Parts: sequence; C-alpha cells; structure tokens
Amino acid sequence: MPSDVEEWKDEVYGTDIRDHIERFAENGWESIPDDEKDAWFERFKWYGLYHQRAGQESYFMMRIGPPGGVLEPGQFRRIVEIADEYARGPVSNPEFGNGWLDVTTRQAIQLHWIRIEDVPDIFEALEDVGLSTVQACGDSWRNIVGCPVAGKDKHEHVDAGALAEDLHDTFKRNDAHSNLPRKWKVSVTGCDEGCGQGDINDLAFEPAEKEVDGETVTGYNVRVGGGLARNEPRFAKNIDVFVTPEQAVEVAGGISALFRDHGDRENRYNARMKFLVDEWGPEKVRNVLQEEYIDFELETAGEDLRHSYSYNAGDADGKHDHVGVHEQTDGTNYIGLNVLVGRLGIDDGYEIADAAEEHASGEVRLTQRQNIILTDVPDDEVDALLDNPVFDEYSPDPHPFQRGSIACTGSEFCSLSIVETKNRQVRFSRWLVDNVSLPEGVENFHIHLSGCTASCAQPQIADVSLRGMKTRKDGEPVEALDIGLGGGLGENPQFASWVSDRVPADEVPGAIENLLANFDDARKDGESFREFVAARDDEELAALVEPEETSYEDPFLHNTKRTWYPYAEDDGFDDSPAPARADGTPIPSDD
Amino acid sequence: MTIALRTLDDGAWISVNDSREVGVSDIWTLPAREFCGCETPHVMLEGFSGVDLRGVDTHVIADAVGMCIDCGTRDGIESLPVGRIVDGEFKRYEPESVQSPSVDAVSSR
Repeated sequence: MPSDVEEWKDEVYGTDIRDHIERFAENGWESIPDDEKDAWFERFKWYGLYHQRAGQESYFMMRIGPPGGVLEPGQFRRIVEIADEYARGPVSNPEFGNGWLDVTTRQAIQLHWIRIEDVPDIFEALEDVGLSTVQACGDSWRNIVGCPVAGKDKHEHVDAGALAEDLHDTFKRNDAHSNLPRKWKVSVTGCDEGCGQGDINDLAFEPAEKEVDGETVTGYNVRVGGGLARNEPRFAKNIDVFVTPEQAVEVAGGISALFRDHGDRENRYNARMKFLVDEWGPEKVRNVLQEEYIDFELETAGEDLRHSYSYNAGDADGKHDHVGVHEQTDGTNYIGLNVLVGRLGIDDGYEIADAAEEHASGEVRLTQRQNIILTDVPDDEVDALLDNPVFDEYSPDPHPFQRGSIACTGSEFCSLSIVETKNRQVRFSRWLVDNVSLPEGVENFHIHLSGCTASCAQPQIADVSLRGMKTRKDGEPVEALDIGLGGGLGENPQFASWVSDRVPADEVPGAIENLLANFDDARKDGESFREFVAARDDEELAALVEPEETSYEDPFLHNTKRTWYPYAEDDGFDDSPAPARADGTPIPSDD
Repeated sequence: MTIALRTLDDGAWISVNDSREVGVSDIWTLPAREFCGCETPHVMLEGFSGVDLRGVDTHVIADAVGMCIDCGTRDGIESLPVGRIVDGEFKRYEPESVQSPSVDAVSSR
C-alpha cells in the first residue's frame, strides 16, 4: 500500500505547490488547516521549506541550492540580505548571535526562522538574481553537487560546472522527474582530485577517458547507489558505463526514470536508490537502463582518475579541500575560506560580499566541506582582500582542527537529531586548538559531528566520526557521541569503524587528545592516521580512544531535544513563543 | 472519530491528527529484561518505523528502533505504547513510566 506521503504527492506536488504557498502566505500561518498540516509540510519541502522541529511551530528552514555551489556575482549578497531581513529568531544563539546562514555539505545555504508569510517576498528576491529553492528538499532532484571551482581549476579534466548546470536546467521543474520515490542526490566531478564526492551520491559522474572510434574522448564514468543514512552506508557502485558530456544528461534522465519507476514507493525506509542497487546489482541496473531507458548503445566504462583523488582522502598526496590561495587557469586566484561548522554571521556576510566585489569578481562558491571560496582574485589584490579583519575568522589558513570540523544542524532545529551539534563542535575545536598538538606531519585532520544516523555531516567519511547518542553519567542521562575512526574518500574510500559507543559528550575532547597521543606513540615513521587505523582492529582502536574529562566544559549535556530551543533562558516547551504570527506574536493554544 | 496516525520525517516523530506528539531521542523505560539484559532497560528511541491503534482503550502503539543507554543493546521494538486516545484527544505516556512492548527478535536495520 502506498504511504501517506505518496498519496499526498499524487494529489499535489511539484510546481503546483507554489500557488498554495502563496495562498497560505497571504492568509497567514493559521490558514493552514489543522488536519492538512502534515501533508502541506511534506509538500513544502519540494520548494525548499522544512518545518522546524517541535517547539518551533510556524517557523521554517529554507534551503537554497545553487548547482555546483556557484553563486554568481550579486547572489551571495542577496542571500545575506534575505537572511538579514527574514531569518531572525526569537532568541539568540550564544555562539552565533541572531541571524546567520548555514553552508551545507551539499553546497547549499540554509536559513532558519523563516515565516510562511514572508516566503513569496523571499522567492521574488531570490528569483530576481536567478536563485531558487526549487527541489532543495523533497522527493526529487536535490541540489547537484560537484567541483566548486569548476571552469577555473588547474586540476580540471572535464568541465563539471557545465554538466551540473545542464542537469539543473533539465531536471528542475521537470514534471517527468518531479516526483521520485525518495530524494535523488547527484554529483558531478570533473577534476583529478575527486572533490565532487561522487561515492556518497545516488548518481555520480566521475571524470574518465575512453577510446571511441579510434579517438580518445573525455567524459564521465557513471556510478549509482551511494549514500550514508540510517546505519546503511553505501559507496556508489560502478555500472560500467562511460558517457560523453553530450550524452550525460540523457543517461542521467534514464537512471532517474529507472529509479522513479522501480524504486520502492510502499516503504520509505527502503526507497533510496542504494536499496534498489542492493536488490538488483549493478549489472541489472545497466541492463534495464540500456533496454528500457536509453536509445543508443551505452559505452563500457572508460579509464578513470580515481588513483589521483586526494579530496578528503586521508593519506593521499594533493589537496584535501579548497582552503587557501590557489591559482586559477586564467592566472587569477581562488581563495578558499574556512567557515567553522558552515555557519556565517550576517554582518560577516556583508563584509565578505563587499571584499569579493571590491577585490575580485564578486562570485562566491560553496564547498562540500561547508566552506566558501572567493574566485577571480588577481595576484595584486590577494593581500588587500585578506587584510580585511573578517578573514581572521574566515581564514584561508585555519588551524587543522577548525579546518577539519563539520557539523550538521543538530537539535537546535532538526527533528531527527539526538544531540546539539554546531555549538558543541565549535567548542570542541576551540578546546582542541588550545590544548592538543597534532602529531608531526599531520596537516589535515577531519572531525565530522552528526546528530543522528541521517549523517548530514557525513560522519562516516572523517578521520574521527562523531554521531549523536545518549548515555548515563553520574546516574543521569546525558548527551553522548559514538566515535568512529579512519573514514575517508579517495581511490579506495573507507567508512569509519565505530569503535567507541556512547561517550559522554564532555569526555569526547579528552578522547581525541588521548587518541592522538596514542597514535603519535604507536605509529610507524610517516604512517598516516588513516593507514594507522586501517592496520588495527576495532578492539585495538577502542583501547586507544580513552575518553576522559578535561578542562573542556559542555553546557549541552542535558536533553536538548526536550527544550523548545536549547539556548533559551526559559527553554521548556511551555515557554515556547511558537507558533507565532508573522510579527512574532505567539498564537494562543486552543487548549 | 477517525484518528490520523503516521510517522514522518524519516521516522523522527509520530503525528497524531497532524500534530507532532512523540519524537525520537527520549529515553523510555521498558519492563525488566524485555529489551536487553538490564534489570530496567532505559532505551533511547532513534527512529519510528510504524504506528497504529490497538485495543478498546485505543492505545497508540509504535514500532521503533532504540538503544539501551546503559548496556548499548540496539534492537527493534514492536508495539511500544506511547499514549492513548481519550475523547478524541491524544494523551502521551511519560517515557519514564514502564511500558510493555514486544521486543523484535530481529536486529534492527
């Protein structure tokens, strides 16, 4: 039997939702019928609107997805202006104040505390500069990720940006692909560093070469069925297909249609492409694709560049991220800036937009490591640009502990998360910088904190993986983290091994300190952390973690999900100002 | 009266009549040794996979995946009573009260 979600999608989905959003905005939050709220909130996701968690009713997260993370000149500033006007909450966050934008691991931007009444004006302001929230959430083509410096990168093999845009233009607002069984995540990599992270996507295009009719052709190999969520991580599997850039859109459409027609619409927990690939195997996926969805003869896979992948690859040579000053193919530079846990304050956003426009092209790009890149900076403008004090915080040369930190939204806003994440990860990184030395030669050390098994912070592909949990400490339940080690991408990607369960959150910094000290003592000469982990079994690794209390203090050990907002002075659900009208006035309960 | 019951947002919560009533991350007290070897299992729910009504008291029962915060056992839970319908209104049970589910013998996915 189809799920409720499938029935709601059958009734209204895709671009038809827009008129209803406009209607509810016109008439206010209270005009959404009580017995239709679940259905409408599910549909709103298609337009990038996600109802915030319990205690925050009537407030929405809004996601804006530029393909490949490319924000053309003027677009970043417009998002900052929108955040300034519309994304302010009833209470400040102690680390980030009140008003920010979050860069996500899928090269999108998320705003919080958005009210339905403001959405039409926000849509208009976005569309005015060529941006959109369409299909940023929901069961369809999500934001297409890829090399964030496509078109400008010395490591480029094929222009991933052009394909990402083609896919975006073809499959956004496309009725035939608007309603899929589940989310559909697509990656396009064009470089020899692997920064598209294709292995963890439903559909991945990866750079390759193939001899066709006696000529060497550049294009892409195709992989399908990757993903990290629900304790069921999968790397995308090679289906033995090579496509030219010209063929890629048709093949992408064929695979999307295959998923549309054959994915599980009765059980949402079994609906992702990875489960269909589990069931069929890559060979059957290729055969069905060829026989039912593609009109030309598919080429077998070409020679790929995976042997040189360095992005988030642990021990590989080459760049592990885009942070720093790097020369572009046109002789100017791109400057990768660290945005700790992806959260960027509004005032800082204006400063960065000003600097990008004064010293460069004004283009801003977003990376899958929650960072930003300013492109097209001439040599003689680099120092002048970086003289701005804002780049002391958003630095091109951050400490490795801060450079490597990623965190999801967490219990601040998310229904699924079990623990607080972003503020905690900021505090972790600050304490680690002040108290822990990295072993010699370790310049990249990635710590990813995800609040639950949905894995939005991609914890399984980090050196140290942290995942939200609970435990008991001194007789009381406290927020805790599972600790995994040794994950990463590269030629031979590896998911982290979960070696220590339910470590009280205030003992995690001590655990990382001890782990690194034990690694430094026991490693062979020049052995990388990932090699060190790979050479040991889970039991040996668990013994090296040694959680302990330190000078680190954690203010979020209590159950942050039992608050309406974890940082409010009066944080009980009864103290929540939600739901609220457009002006923030709380709406009284009927009870 | 028809009661609309469903799990939403990847099993993050149970909706009763379009209202978010029971969420993940709470710690539920289960009967002695029914979930794991602990005298009193304290199980944090990580996700809901189903919800239904049962019995004349119209108990709202949920299928879930949870982990004992004391011993670390992770398993599926079938038919965990999370509340009941009284005069058409949902009354949530307190997680700290001892509940009587049937524990899934099969490991969770």
